[in-house]
Amino acid sequence: MFSKMENKLNIVNKSNVFFLIGVIFALIGLVSLIILPFGVNLFNLDIDFAGGTTMTYNMHKQLDKAELDNITAIVEKATGAEISSAQKSGDGDEQVVLKSATLSSEQRDAAFNALKEAYGLHDGTETVAEGETAHTDVISVDNVDPVMGNDLRNSAIKAAFLAILFMLIYIAIRFDVRSGLAAIIALAHDVLVVISAYVIFRIPLNLTFIAVVLTILGYSINATIVIFDRIRENRKLIKKTSFADIVNKSIWQSATRSVNTTVTTLLSIVMIAIFGVTSIRNFAIPLVVGVVAGLYSSMFISGAVWVKLTKNANKA
Amino acid sequence: MKKGILWFVAVVAVIAVFIATTISGLNLGVVEIPSATDGIRLGLDLQGGAMITFEARTEDGSAPSKADMEIAKTVLRKRLDAANYTEGTVTAAGDTRLTVEIPSVTDPEEAVALLGKTAVLEFRDADGNVIISGNEVKSAESVYGQVSENGANQHHVVLSLTSEGREKFTQATKKAASQASAEKNYIDIYLDETLQSRPFVDASYASTGINSEEVVITIGSEDSLNPAGGEESKTLANIINSGRLPFALEEIELRSVGPTLGEKALETSLFAGFIGLLLVMLFMILIYRLSGVVASISLAFYTALLVVIMSLLKVNLSLPGIAGIILSIGMAVDANVIIYERIKEELRVGKTLKASIDAGFKRAFTAILDSNVTTLIAAVVLYCFGMGTIRGFAITLGLGVVISMFTVLVVSRFLLYRLVDMNIKSLKAYGA
Repeated sequence: MFSKMENKLNIVNKSNVFFLIGVIFALIGLVSLIILPFGVNLFNLDIDFAGGTTMTYNMHKQLDKAELDNITAIVEKATGAEISSAQKSGDGDEQVVLKSATLSSEQRDAAFNALKEAYGLHDGTETVAEGETAHTDVISVDNVDPVMGNDLRNSAIKAAFLAILFMLIYIAIRFDVRSGLAAIIALAHDVLVVISAYVIFRIPLNLTFIAVVLTILGYSINATIVIFDRIRENRKLIKKTSFADIVNKSIWQSATRSVNTTVTTLLSIVMIAIFGVTSIRNFAIPLVVGVVAGLYSSMFISGAVWVKLTKNANKA
Repeated sequence: MKKGILWFVAVVAVIAVFIATTISGLNLGVVEIPSATDGIRLGLDLQGGAMITFEARTEDGSAPSKADMEIAKTVLRKRLDAANYTEGTVTAAGDTRLTVEIPSVTDPEEAVALLGKTAVLEFRDADGNVIISGNEVKSAESVYGQVSENGANQHHVVLSLTSEGREKFTQATKKAASQASAEKNYIDIYLDETLQSRPFVDASYASTGINSEEVVITIGSEDSLNPAGGEESKTLANIINSGRLPFALEEIELRSVGPTLGEKALETSLFAGFIGLLLVMLFMILIYRLSGVVASISLAFYTALLVVIMSLLKVNLSLPGIAGIILSIGMAVDANVIIYERIKEELRVGKTLKASIDAGFKRAFTAILDSNVTTLIAAVVLYCFGMGTIRGFAITLGLGVVISMFTVLVVSRFLLYRLVDMNIKSLKAYGA
């Protein structure tokens, strides 16, 4: 499919253009990370890391702005706490998602009871015919104490660093240091692009973020390794060509594989992004972005960086 | 040539039977294999339920002891049973936390209130009068050994009371022992208003009552060959100790999913997975023709095998777990793609089909191995740091990587060579 592309588009010679494109997409993520310690938060931090309460109820009617304000007022009165956001959700906008700082069990109970009174909701205790389960309008309740959020964040960071470390050790053993470095730069690009997606699409940053990042790391390194494997092989077979041309040739030789694998992976996760419920969709969308970024970086960044690193090493 | 077709058809038939068995079970009259899809246990996010994490917080901020955490665990277990949440589980999460999971609970707040309250332990007489309460217990210990000088070893609880408690206990046991004829010679042990144990007081104590530094409560039989009651004895000791727990259990995390959301999450993700699987197969067949058919067969086998192994390992399937499976389906074909691209290249150079397939598998192997190992590293690390449902994702992703290596390197390979046996030489059949 890409056999003639080798001569038409020399990826290594045009690398600066491709680096620039990569940097543009990674930039938002990078900036968001850098300014985070300075108190500027561009992320939609979910309660997993920040602590807080999220309650979702089925209100059995289409909700509009006025209704949401009314719900917020009722809940704030019942709990004595501030509701930081009230959003509608569900297929017919009939669900309300209430977010706040951590509430106690009593406060959450009071919130639902007040809404139950006002809107005639069910709490699942009504007597029902045998064999049926009483239905409740409490769709989901999540509460994370800031202490727990702190611990979750710390173990998430630990997990990410350990995974990266182990992957690097493995690559360093299988390849050389320069190619390992090139692979890391490609990985950094992918993770930053995924982080950009979290910022741009306002995807709630929660525990699944860490799973997304690690999956993308594994996936992207896959793609890079397949190409590097080809470069390693061609270097032995082709003697009279420059390293830059060997890299370009290897990338295009592996291109069909790179694209086809991305397509099959996308076919399955895009389906989750389309059909899934909200929580799983928030997981699938950054994965889609990351898989595409992985394809881009493995083809247009990692090999070219390897060439640059090798040239610099030869000059010195 | 005939042999090739026979083998190909035979393997495909075996795979078809395997998949059918996985989905609907198999009843051969003699042996009955249950459906593996029924055997998969659903996580709370799919069947609905609540996960509550409690942290033991002492007044002075000191760390609770291991033994005290065991006591708290028993108390939570007993409360689950008392509230009829028999499917609920209690597990330790770190040194100071306990995680309770309750499937299909309709009111999570009620569960939080019920589980988190301070334990009330009481000893009562046959008429229901409270004799002593939890704070008059010095200690209770589960012991395995002789109770009397010449008796056999047996499990029992050694109870030690404060001096006030001991006095009240002596009076109460004296009274109880005197009522032996009315069969009211027992002391009831209550936790949170629920009867936990009813030890009897021997009639011989009618004149003195039990007045001893250490009171022995025997459990079960005295059969030395079958010393039953080790668990019961430990549980009873924990229950008796619960009244003097030096900490409160505070809820620090709650994840509650209603049954309707769980059901919807399961339905939609299974549907998404099914469509994804079909599209991937379609894509492979369009691009790689006959070898794409082989890839699709081994992909179907892969999916069924993953389901069977998950059900055998009793893995809880969570929502991210399904995402892991679906993702792994897309990635499982990666190895096929790498090999097929290689085979196509070798064919173009003019090698024979058999030589091309040989070279394809041989040369693609290092790339497949390296790339799968890196994904496996990610999965293992995620699992070890086991945070909630993410663990489910790590399990399915990791299993997927290992199983897909097997199906590609064994099943796909076997079927491809049968195509060679069938003498299908047209390069178009392989997508070249």
